[in-house]
Amino acid sequence: MSSEFTKLFELIISASLINNFVFTRFLGLCIFFGVSKKMETAVGMSITFTAVMMVSAAISWVIFNLVLVPLEITFLEIIVFIGIIAGLVQLSDTIMRKVSPGLYYKLGIYLALISTNCIILAVPLINAGEKYSFIESLAFGLGSGLGFALALIIMASIREKLELADVPAPFKGLPMAFVVTGLIALAFTGFSGLITL
Amino acid sequence: MSSQSSTSLKELFLNGIVKENTIFKLALSLCPSIAVTNNLKNGIFMGAAVLFVQVMVNLTISLLRKVIHPKVRLPIFMLVISGWVTVTQLMMAAFAPDVYAKVGLYVALIVAFASILARAEMFASKNSIIPSMADGLGMGVGFLFALTVISFFRELVGKGTLTVPTGMATQHVFTLMNTKPVLLMVLPAGGFLAVGILMAFFNWINARYAAKTAHGLH
Repeated sequence: MSSEFTKLFELIISASLINNFVFTRFLGLCIFFGVSKKMETAVGMSITFTAVMMVSAAISWVIFNLVLVPLEITFLEIIVFIGIIAGLVQLSDTIMRKVSPGLYYKLGIYLALISTNCIILAVPLINAGEKYSFIESLAFGLGSGLGFALALIIMASIREKLELADVPAPFKGLPMAFVVTGLIALAFTGFSGLITL
Repeated sequence: MSSQSSTSLKELFLNGIVKENTIFKLALSLCPSIAVTNNLKNGIFMGAAVLFVQVMVNLTISLLRKVIHPKVRLPIFMLVISGWVTVTQLMMAAFAPDVYAKVGLYVALIVAFASILARAEMFASKNSIIPSMADGLGMGVGFLFALTVISFFRELVGKGTLTVPTGMATQHVFTLMNTKPVLLMVLPAGGFLAVGILMAFFNWINARYAAKTAHGLH
C-alpha cells in the first residue's frame, strides 16, 4: 500500500517538476504566453485548468478502457478525446453559470479557451499511451495541472516586472518572453534525475 | 480577369508565408515549433504534416460549406480536423516510424492547433475550393518554413550537424562544424531561446524594411 502511495507521489512530482508541461514538453504555450501578463488571470487560469484536466483525465480513462479498448477502435482516440473535452467544457460552462454565477464571471472566459488547448488533450493521450491505471491517470492529471500552474505563476510574476524593463526594440514583447522562458526552462533542467521512474 | 484571379491566388499563398506567418507573426501553434525542432529532419516532417492537414481540412470544409449548418459548424470542423489528423498520424506511423517515435504526440496534437481551426472558420467556410486550397497551402508552407528555419538553426548551433531527409525513412547527416557545439541549443531551454532570438531577428528585419519604405516615400 505504502509503495503505491510512493509511486503516486513520484508520478505527481515527475509530472509537475521534472516533465513540466511548459518547460520540458512544450505544451500549452499559446495559453502560457497569452495569459501570463497579469497575476490575477494567471491564477484563475491555473485553477480552471487543473480542475478540467483531472476531470477529463478521469472520463477519458473510463471511455478509453471500457469502450475503445474492448471494441478495438483505439485509433479513434484523438476524435473521441477531443469530443469528450469539448462536451466537458460546454457542460461545466452551463453548470457554472447556473450554480455559481460569481465564479462563472471570474473563470468563464478561460473555459472557452480550454477546448482548443493542446495541454488538456495531451493528458488523456499520454495516459492512454503509458497505460496508466485509473488512479495513476488522476495523479498524472493533477501533477500536470500543478506544474502548469507553477509555470504560469512564475512567468506572470516575472512579466509584471518585465513591463518596466528597458529591452532592445526588436526583443520587445514576445521575443523577450521567449528568452525569459528559456532561462526558466534551464533552471528546470536541474530537476531532471530527481526521481527515476 | 484570369490574371487578376491568379495574382489574388498568389497573394493568398504569400499571405500565409510572410504577412501572417503562424509562428513568427501570429505566435500561434507554438508547441511543436519548440518541441520537435532540435533536429532538421523532425522539423521538416512535422511541418509537412501540418501542411497536409491544413490543405486537406480547407479542401474538405470548402467542399462541404453549403451543407454544414452554421449552428453546428464548430463541432463539424473539429471532427473534420481530427479525422485528417488521424489519417496523417497513421500514415506517418506506417511510412516514417523512426520520426513518428519522436514527434508522434505532437502530430496528434495538431488537432488543437488554433491556426487550423481559424483558417477553416475564417476562410474555407466562406470561399470556394481553389482559393481555400491556396490559402491552406500558404499557411502550411509558412509553418513548414518556420519550423525548417528554427530546426536548421538549432541543429547547426547545438550539434554542428544537419540531418537532411532523403526519403521517408532514410537520411543523410552532414557535419558542418567540427568545433565544440553549443549543447544548450538542442536542450529544451535552447528551443525557447532560439525562437525568441529568431522572432527578434524577424522583427528587426521588418522594422528596417518599414523604415526603408517610409524613407523612400518622402
